[in-house]
Amino acid sequence: MNLLLKIWRQKGPNSPGKMVDYPVTDISEDMSFLEMLDVLNDQLVVKGEEPVSFDHDCREGICGMCSLYINGQAHGPERLVTTCQLHMRSFKDGETIYIEPWRAKAFPVVKDLVVDRGAFDRIMNVGGFVSVNTGGAQDANCLPVSKVDADKAFDAATCIGCGACVATCKNSSAMLFVSAKVSQLALLPQGKIEAQERVLNMVEQMDVEGFGNCTNTGACEVECPKGISLENIARMNREYLSAALTGEEKKEITGGF
Amino acid sequence: MGLTGLFLISFLVVHASINACIWFNDGGETFTFYAHFMGTNTIVHFIEAGLFAGLILHIVDGLLLWKQNRDARPVQYAYNNPGKNSTWYSRSMAVLGTLILLFLVIHLYDFWAPNRVEYVTTGEEKDLFQMMQERFESLPIVLLYCAGCFSLFWHLLHGFKSAFQSLGLNHSKYNKAVEVAGIAFSIIVPAVFALMPISMYFHLVH
Amino acid sequence: MSTLNSKIPAGPLEKKWSDHKDHIRLVNPANKRHIDIIVVGTGLAGGAAAASLAEMGYSVKAFCFQDSPRRAHSIAAQGGINAAKNYQNDGDSTFRLFYDTIKGGDYRAREANVYRLAEVSANIIDQCVAQGVPFARDYGGLLDNRSFGGVQVQRTFYARGQTGQQLLLGAYSAMSRQIGKGTIKMYNRHEMLDVVVVNGKARGIIARNLITGEIERHSAHAVIIATGGYGNVFFLSTNAMGSNVTAAWKIHKKGAFFGNPCYTQIHPTCIPVSGDHQSKLTLMSESLRNDGRIWVPKKKDDNRKPTDIPEEERDYYLERRYPAFGNLVPRDVASRAAKERCDAGYGVGKSKLAVYLDFSDAIKRLGKDAVAAKYGNLFQMYAKITDEDPYATPMRIYPAVHYTMGGIWVDYDLMTTVPGLFALGEANFSDHGANRLGASALMQGLADGYFVIPYTIGDYLADDIRTGKIPTNTPEFDEAEKQVKERLNHFINNKGTKPVDHFHKKLGKIMWDKCGMARNEKGLKEAIAEIQELKKEFWKDVRVPGSLNEFNQELEKAGRVADFIELGELMCKDALNRNESCGGHFREEYQTEEGEAMRDDENYAYVAAWEYKGENAEPVLHKEELKFENIKIAQRSYK
Repeated sequence: MNLLLKIWRQKGPNSPGKMVDYPVTDISEDMSFLEMLDVLNDQLVVKGEEPVSFDHDCREGICGMCSLYINGQAHGPERLVTTCQLHMRSFKDGETIYIEPWRAKAFPVVKDLVVDRGAFDRIMNVGGFVSVNTGGAQDANCLPVSKVDADKAFDAATCIGCGACVATCKNSSAMLFVSAKVSQLALLPQGKIEAQERVLNMVEQMDVEGFGNCTNTGACEVECPKGISLENIARMNREYLSAALTGEEKKEITGGF
Repeated sequence: MGLTGLFLISFLVVHASINACIWFNDGGETFTFYAHFMGTNTIVHFIEAGLFAGLILHIVDGLLLWKQNRDARPVQYAYNNPGKNSTWYSRSMAVLGTLILLFLVIHLYDFWAPNRVEYVTTGEEKDLFQMMQERFESLPIVLLYCAGCFSLFWHLLHGFKSAFQSLGLNHSKYNKAVEVAGIAFSIIVPAVFALMPISMYFHLVH
Repeated sequence: MSTLNSKIPAGPLEKKWSDHKDHIRLVNPANKRHIDIIVVGTGLAGGAAAASLAEMGYSVKAFCFQDSPRRAHSIAAQGGINAAKNYQNDGDSTFRLFYDTIKGGDYRAREANVYRLAEVSANIIDQCVAQGVPFARDYGGLLDNRSFGGVQVQRTFYARGQTGQQLLLGAYSAMSRQIGKGTIKMYNRHEMLDVVVVNGKARGIIARNLITGEIERHSAHAVIIATGGYGNVFFLSTNAMGSNVTAAWKIHKKGAFFGNPCYTQIHPTCIPVSGDHQSKLTLMSESLRNDGRIWVPKKKDDNRKPTDIPEEERDYYLERRYPAFGNLVPRDVASRAAKERCDAGYGVGKSKLAVYLDFSDAIKRLGKDAVAAKYGNLFQMYAKITDEDPYATPMRIYPAVHYTMGGIWVDYDLMTTVPGLFALGEANFSDHGANRLGASALMQGLADGYFVIPYTIGDYLADDIRTGKIPTNTPEFDEAEKQVKERLNHFINNKGTKPVDHFHKKLGKIMWDKCGMARNEKGLKEAIAEIQELKKEFWKDVRVPGSLNEFNQELEKAGRVADFIELGELMCKDALNRNESCGGHFREEYQTEEGEAMRDDENYAYVAAWEYKGENAEPVLHKEELKFENIKIAQRSYK
């Protein structure tokens, strides 16, 4: 197949960017979208032009490194897949394909299609964990968890932190990402102990990072490659309300040395 | 937004119920009875103050959200296809809200304000039923009111269930019920409101 | 002749680890604060180590080349993690896990290390559950287990087909907590390009900030490498695109011996290659072999649709050849059996390099829903890639490079031959011998990170409590930085004609053809010559666009491929040296009449640890004899 790619090119974080046209020819339907970009890049290198920078790593839909807003949709037109799992058979010969980076204030562009998603890490750093040190854990089966809760926690925990929810949300809200972690830990007995501080801290950090607010359009759930449910956002809202109303005053957490 | 939204929704129920009394076709007697109660009762006045506070909160909160959300994406997509993942009205709550607000200003100017001024200055009330009959003689006004109700319909269609989600009330057992109730509510309440000027215009109410 | 001291503690096997822990030196909490440790790599081993060491009070600097520690390739592990918990009451024990692992590794692993691994395996599960890892549970709320290749008990804990992800996110969350507290300083998008050795001890690294291109110096009292395996030397593997050998290769060049480089695991159940454009291969979890049956047609070149081939015309060759283990034989055995059938002309699909993995019996027995609940995400992944519905037609699978058992040689304390330099997880030559059993990689990575290095590193660091901060303005840092910069400049200024991938693909082809699933003397000798030629061509003709001081992905790749080329040569030399077949290393000259691997315990029961001697010098082989005192060494049989 032959295609016309319109790709966002931007030299660095503070440089202006623009959409640039790249025709590509002889693309196989069995190629993944990123392999198609590999072909383009090899051609650009040989021609002496700068290849297009894009994030990718595992290429099997689990690391969350790849991104790309393809034809106006996060991870392209297919449901429940990341860009690396998107295959060219999803496109038609002769099609024009727009390829852009995730757009959000909290995800500044590093170069071309690469963005900085460090905001997600910083949200995790303030509460996305159970405060348990290595060693001294009790026997795993001393902590029974109902299968229903365990399954729900697992479903929330499958979030790969790719940022498609933010990219696709008209408000660039990170609620789906944050709520997935809050939910996973709120559903499990291990996580209940710190549930209140966790939700308050993570939501506060989310706001500090400059993400927008959730207006429940539900776009994130549709575009999420892992199918993380909106139910998690509701659960986080519940957790947040109850923590805000009944939680203790914030104390500095200390421990270790 | 959800909390104030639900509060405003509760007001809509009261407002629609009382206004629906015009269809008793008793020359507005039942309607006037309740309207009088609402207009003169001290407790209701307090609630009314709360209602305005709620409305203002809803608006201010909405404007803040709108600003924060707009700032959260300084560079827009060159090509976006949001129709693939969400409904247009869920993405247009601010616009729909603004339309409703514009309508509301006109609506308050038409009925509530003159009546209140009258009550405060003279201690008497206006005949709201008669005011309605007069006002809805004009086709443009009737159409304007219908447009206001139409905006309300779309606003509610998303707002109703969204409020539940925001308050954390999402459970697979009840989601369907909330959704159906939301759709029903969004249709019935604006329709009831819209039918008032229409039936007045066609002189079906007397 | 050997300079290797594996430092295996004396005493009976089951007492070695606890005695060792009781007697090694400690660093008191007040002193830990003043000790810096660099951890390179944030997968299961690195992430677990960084978090645990920071919890203990050390001052940790962690590095990863990805944009977040959560993306390390451990995340892609699907099937599960072994632990000797005996929750299923099927007679499992520490000894049985130890025994299975040694046997699975074809008697080429260290007894003491493997026993320690089996011992701490149970703690790993406890630790992960405490962190909130959502393992699969049964209706009573207790943990569930499944069965994996090469064993006859159910000891594998799992989280659907995403166990690696869940465990990694557990380690990542533990790291996040320490990053938030400031006890770990995290360097994302940084690539280690050299280790700095001062007075014979590892004292820091040179790293490139991948965003700005800046070359940075970082010092520490000890350096831990947990940078994974080198499967990408084959270009096509199930590894992530960024997985590389650079950190391991750099430390090898600075004095760390490389152990058993030729031990490569070829995983039997991967989605077959579809064309030249392919950039990576996708694994279908071994857990599928619990319910899937592997077969090829009995007739050669049978081009009928698989569903049209009647039962009696199918050859379930694993069940035929290995009745006791059937479809659950270890990976090396299953892979070779698939290759054997395809080479003999019974392969299926367009390329004829595939066999069927059939779920129709399981669907009949359990129902489609039950199969979907167990393997749904894998089936979906298969359907997305191949455009075929695995519920309706059998999957096509073929072996692919998946894991490398070889790696940096380490002693019992996980220290390399360079004092103060440690290697964990897949990056070390590890506990798996010549073949790794399924669900053991996660176990080893976490064991090293959570339960071994936190103790053993203290013994080394006890000498450093008075050292004070290590300065970075010393000649050793100057020299290391200079070399790194020269090399990077060479790439940029070379202005050749071919992109990096061109050379990587060529290397991959040489390796797969001649140092892959089956090797022979002639092929290996050819491969060595071809790689040497490729190396010259690469340095002469590679083209790297852009500049040094910017985000430059081609430059990153160039450095990695340069190291892969050198490693490839060493792998071939190691494979050539090992005149036997064992585990993942199959020399065609050494097989039984039935085509099974033939070990030579007399002459090759050793770890081959290679010492780097310089650019054009031959590497020197050091042997660490393997002694089996608790297991009777025997021909491995799964029949």
